[in-house]
Amino acid sequence: MATTIDGAPAPVIEAPRSPRRRPTSSKARTNFELYAWLFMRVSGILLVFLVLGHLFIMNILDGGVQRIGFGFVAGRWASPFWRTWDLLMLVLAELHGTNGLRTVINDYAERPQTRFYLKMLLYVSTSLVVTLGALVIFTFDPNIS
Amino acid sequence: MPKAPAGTLYRGREGMWSWVAHRITGVLIFFFLFAHVLDTALVRVSPSSYDTVIATYKSPIVNLMEVGLVAAVLFHALNGIRIVLIDFWGSGPRFQRQMLYTELVVWVILVVPGTYYMIKHTIETLFGSAS
Repeated sequence: MATTIDGAPAPVIEAPRSPRRRPTSSKARTNFELYAWLFMRVSGILLVFLVLGHLFIMNILDGGVQRIGFGFVAGRWASPFWRTWDLLMLVLAELHGTNGLRTVINDYAERPQTRFYLKMLLYVSTSLVVTLGALVIFTFDPNIS
Repeated sequence: MPKAPAGTLYRGREGMWSWVAHRITGVLIFFFLFAHVLDTALVRVSPSSYDTVIATYKSPIVNLMEVGLVAAVLFHALNGIRIVLIDFWGSGPRFQRQMLYTELVVWVILVVPGTYYMIKHTIETLFGSAS
């Protein structure tokens, strides 16, 4: 047994305990929050280009919003480049915003029921926006009347 | 009152207020995106219904709100870059305050001419200098 210089017994360091079990949930630990955090950074950087480019073209360039109309949209969406741009922007922005609002709900809604229903409302709106937006981009018909 | 510990990024002063502004602009943009996807979906209904809803975007009051939206998006984008730098650049946390002031200068430099081009037509219509 180890002793200190003056001969007194050294303070006891207990053996490491077995890993603590999570008290309530039996669910396996995941790295979901880490991936969500990383997604916010990666999607954010892409959105800087996608969204600021979109705002510049739509609101500032060449007369801005005054020149937008059905014909303008039809002209842009004739090109796969802009359809891909808009689809990517739609999905990334909606997921980025959904995760942001999920964080806001987690921060401010304290009752478990309130948190649950707000998040369900959020996820329903997310699926609606992504589905509708993608559907419109994929099924766009320039000859509709 | 206990004193706030030194070197805290998210309590008080620039770190906290940029966080507050990031959150407010983020929620605002999210709700606009919801409305914007719905109004754009009208291109799938008919050209005239789409052009009708886009006409509101061209009206003077909504045009001014667009300036606010662009300003909010631009802040959120620039401050997002700052957050990425704080998280991934070694000296990021040390320079977070300087980065915020740089960001605000860039924001003003971009918002001022942007606002000019965005409201040009509205000003001309309201005060009838051209076209």
